[in-house]
Formats: sequence, C-alpha cells, structure tokens
Amino acid sequence: MRRPLKNTVLALAILLSVVLFMFLNIALGSVSIPLPAVWDILTGTGEAPANWTNIIWKSRFPQVLTALVAGAGLSISGLQMQTVFKNPLADPSVLGISSGASLGVALVVLMSGTIGGIALSQAGILGEVALTVAAIAGAMAVMALIVLASHKVKGNVTLLIIGVMIGYLANAIIGILKYFSVEEDVKAYVIWGLGSFSRVSGDQMGIFTSIMAVLIPLSMLSVKTLNLLLLGDGYARNLGLNIKRARILVILSAGVLTAIVTAYCGPIAFLGLAVPHLCRMVFQTSDHRVLMPASVLMGASLALMCNLLARMPGLEGALPVNSVTALIGAPIVASVLFRKRKSDLNE
Amino acid sequence: MSKTPTLILQQLSIGYRGKNSHKTVAAGISGAICSGELTCLLGTNGVGKSTLLRTLSAFQPPLEGNILLQGKPLAKYKDKALSTLVSVVLTEKCDIRNMTVRELVGMGRSPYTGFWGRLSHEDLAVVDAAIDRVNIRPLAERMLHTLSDGERQKAMIAKALAQETPVIILDEPTAFLDFPSKVEIMQLLHRLTREAGKTIFLSTHDLELALQIADKIWLMDRNKGIVAGTPEDLALDGHLSGFFASKGIAFDMETGLFRITNNYRHAVRLAGHGYRYSLVRKALQRNEILANRHVESDICIETGEGFILCHPAAPPRPCASIEELLEALSAALD
Repeated sequence: MRRPLKNTVLALAILLSVVLFMFLNIALGSVSIPLPAVWDILTGTGEAPANWTNIIWKSRFPQVLTALVAGAGLSISGLQMQTVFKNPLADPSVLGISSGASLGVALVVLMSGTIGGIALSQAGILGEVALTVAAIAGAMAVMALIVLASHKVKGNVTLLIIGVMIGYLANAIIGILKYFSVEEDVKAYVIWGLGSFSRVSGDQMGIFTSIMAVLIPLSMLSVKTLNLLLLGDGYARNLGLNIKRARILVILSAGVLTAIVTAYCGPIAFLGLAVPHLCRMVFQTSDHRVLMPASVLMGASLALMCNLLARMPGLEGALPVNSVTALIGAPIVASVLFRKRKSDLNE
Repeated sequence: MSKTPTLILQQLSIGYRGKNSHKTVAAGISGAICSGELTCLLGTNGVGKSTLLRTLSAFQPPLEGNILLQGKPLAKYKDKALSTLVSVVLTEKCDIRNMTVRELVGMGRSPYTGFWGRLSHEDLAVVDAAIDRVNIRPLAERMLHTLSDGERQKAMIAKALAQETPVIILDEPTAFLDFPSKVEIMQLLHRLTREAGKTIFLSTHDLELALQIADKIWLMDRNKGIVAGTPEDLALDGHLSGFFASKGIAFDMETGLFRITNNYRHAVRLAGHGYRYSLVRKALQRNEILANRHVESDICIETGEGFILCHPAAPPRPCASIEELLEALSAALD
C-alpha cells in the first residue's frame, strides 16, 4: 500500500503545480492587472474594466487551456513512442509526423505568396484555418506512410529509420520551398516553426480543446498494451498481444495527438521527450497505468511553466516557447538523470 | 503425475518463409513432449534449436507438418487461448528499468486480467505463489535492473508460472549463469514437472547438467534429425557418444557423462578404490597417463591412506598430496 499512497501524494503535488501555474499564467503578463481584479474577473463578481476582462478571457485564458492540453498531449505521445520503439530518445517528432505538419504549413505559407500572389499573413482568420488544415493534412500524410510501412517491415528500428528518413525528406522539401520564396513568407513560416501557445484563439481554441479532450482519454486506453510492449515483442506476444496491431494502434494514437498539437501550436520540441523521463524518475515505475496520468499532469504543468517564462514581464513576445521548453527542460532532465545514476549505484 | 503427451510433433518442417523460397532449418521432426517431464533439447549451435522452440511457441508457423497441443493443432488456437496454454522464457535479455520483480510476475497474469490489466485478489495470490515457488520472495520488491542474471532468470520463470500454463518453453535458461545458478534453475524446473505436472521443454548447452537432470533428451542434428529418449537409453544405444563424440570429447559409459579425451603417452597401474582412486586417475589422465587397475606396468601407484609410488628400481615412495605424487611420477617416467 506504500506505493499507491506515495503515487497519489506525488500526483496531487503535480496537480497543485498545474493549478498554480494556471493561475500565474492568468495573473501575470505584460499588462499588470492587480490580483483582486483578476480574482473578480475569474469568479465573475465585482466590476472590472472591460479591457482587463478581455485580456484575461480572450488572451490569457485561451493560452492557458492551449498550453494545458498541448503539454498533456505531447507528453502522452512521447511516452507512447518511447515505449513502442523501446527507445529513450524517441519523441513525438521521431516518426517525421511533425515534419509532415511543417511541410504542409510550408507548402501553404510559401506557395500562397509565390503562386497565389497573396501573403498568407494578410489573410486573417482564413489564413489561420488554412495553416491548421495544412498542418493536419501534412502530418496525416506522413502518418499514413508510416502505418503503411509498419505493415511491411518487421523491426522497430527499421520503422524508426524510415520515420527519420521521411522527416529528412520533408525538411529537404521545406528547404527548397524556402529557397524560392519571398522573404516575408519565409519569416512567417519561421515564426510558425518557433511554436506558440498563444496562436490559438476564440473558436479555434474550442475546437482544439474539444478534439484533445477526446483524444487524450482515448490514448489512455492503450495502457495494458504499452505495459506488455515493455517486456519485448516475444514476451508480449506470448501473453496474447497482437504485436502488429498493437504497434499500429499506438503509433496512430501518438501520431494523431502530435499532428493536432502541431497543427495548432506549431512544432513544440522537448516536452514530449522530457516529460515521460521525468515521470519515470519521479514515480519510480514503468507501469503505464501510473505513467499515463502522470504524463498528462506533468506535461500540462511543464507546458504552463514554460509559457509563463516565455512571457515573463519584460520578455513579452521575445522568447518563443520552443526555446523555453528546451532551456528549462534540458537542465531539469539532465539533473534528474545525474541524481538517478547516483541512487542506482547506492542500491 | 500422469505422463501424457501434451505437445505432439508430426513430420514437422521448420524454417523461415521467404518471398520466393523457404529456408528449411530442419525437417521431418516427429515426437512427443510429455507432461510431468523435463525435456531438454541438445544440439550444436545453428542446428535450429531456437527455431524449433519459436515454432512450438507459435512465434512462427511451421513450413510443413503439424504440431498438436493437447490434441488440437497449434495453428487453430487464438492468441488469447494460447497465452493460457504455453508460456515462454526467452534468451532476449529485456532491459526494463523501474519495474519490480512483483510487477514483472504480475505481467504473467495479463491473459486473465481485464482491460486495464488490474490484478484481482486471486491474481495477486497466484503471483505470490509463483514468487514463492521459485524462492525469490526476498527479491519481490527489488527493481529488475538491479538483479543478477540468475535472479532475473528466476523472476522470468516466476512470470511463466504466474501465467498458469500447462506448457513452459525455455530457450537456454541456463546460459550466462554461474554453475550453482545453473544447477538451481535446472532443479527448480525439474521440481515443477513433479510438483505441478508441467510440461517443460528447454534448450541448453549444458550437456552434463541435462544428462543428469532431464527426464528426456532430444538430440538435434543436421543430418540425423531428432533422436529422443531418456539420457540412459540414448547412452546405451550409442546415440549420445555418436552425437557429441568428436575431437577431444568422449562419452564415458561408466559415469554416463562426457569427458575430455586424452592421448596417453604412458600407462601406469593404479591400485585402490573409492574417490581417492578416481581423483588420482583423473589427475593422471590430465597428464596424459592412462591409469587404472587393469593396466600392466612396472610402475604402480597405491592409493590408500596416502599415495605410494612403487618403482622396481627404487624403494616405495609415499606422497602426501597428488601434486607431490605427480612430480615424483614424472621424475620416475623420464
């Protein structure tokens, strides 16, 4: 009974940090709003200036929700990839799915200016939708290729290499597109590539969060499969698991999560790689019944923290989320890894 | 325990299916593996032991012929049903971090657990029983990656036990283990056939151990196919010596075990009996001297309280240790 109790306490602590970071994300920003006013706006009581209400409900709140579900989704995706490929370096981008999304976006952003004669940045809301659709289409196209390949090839490593190759191919095409595009379009694409939780707004946020609200619980259904995959193909099969089907289902689940998040937030690096490792170390288990919910919480918490740091007062808009995730995440993971090594030796 | 054939092989051809051609590893395999018996598969590297085990575990289909598991063709079983009938212990060394022995053994319950893999009270009881059966209770809460090879192998066997299958197939369970661990694992498996009536089929390279502990031996050879029987029957009809006897290895009918052959340069009469006699004989064999009580020679060694070297040209020389005896003897023989 010691372990479940410890896990519950840890999970509660992370949940608390999620709530704390949510509140800080809403309370802090370039426009300083006093805490009592923030509280009034959140609870809907009292009289607060309309522009403050707008900032909180139209700008900060969508950002919080976006970071929350994106962090959770990417972390689950990373956990699934690491387990299915038995590779600690696997992350949501490993199969080239996010490269596919990037390619889709690059095609739209860079081609629309060159061929259509309209810069997408001027297209407003229609442009945003076009980007999202392009990203999802690109990611799904790559995923279809991967699933097709996973039918043909036997080994995990082969599949991984195919994924990495598809990624390179997509990046190569993006490079060519960039080379022939006008400067403003390239800049628009680069900014998309930096990733952001603030891009999703209004109606789109509703769609994004509701898609994720369906996908995240769905991906949880893979816990028994993932636990069996830990044992290796031979043992998993002997315990009644259909390896081929399991592999495709898990890749599909992780791929769709990555595709959706990338479509709405751009390629967010590092979270998907780091969070599963952090969870394994904090919870000292490889049981996905613990790791899955833990990754959701930890991913949400870390994404919110990174978003907070990205727009610390004075830095507003200066730091792209993608850089913060790596700047913050890398040292955390490295330090935990070092500590882990020591405790291993002491055992 | 009643001995009924659980696995029956009929004219089995095993190998790998290619796009255009099949690669047959072994063909024409027939035989039966019985419950309540420990059956060891012996054969040189590359003869197809692992392929046979993989085929029997339904990891790959046979090229030709039939495998009957409890009277029904193996191919007719669903994955799920099979997972409650055959469990495996594989050579692939799974490098799982952050999983306790108890969790691993619990995974053996997967075929019986529900959608989330939650263990019921009955499942937990089975897991505990499996852990006790292989005597690893003190290790139950340890992480797998902190175990020694032998301990991990036992945990894997406990996992197979938790699976509660009548058949357990093990691929070289004693490889990479030190000698006491090898013996322990083999004795454990032997005990399981007796206590739980399991059908245990394993491949091994530990010839001596297999010959001493196995109920049945399956000898696998590229040319002769499979020959099966008790170790003693195989010894009597000459199959054992035929299989492995080659350069430097001979089958010793007296002990029923294999030993290294020597080219003798000398022959010495050895008198005495018991273990002191055997040990001197062994030491002399290593030094290329044939020594037993049937040899006629001038030089004679008597083993009794001490070791006495008798030489016609010198007075009897008592020696305190075999080392001293060897030195004295080599001086006398030169």
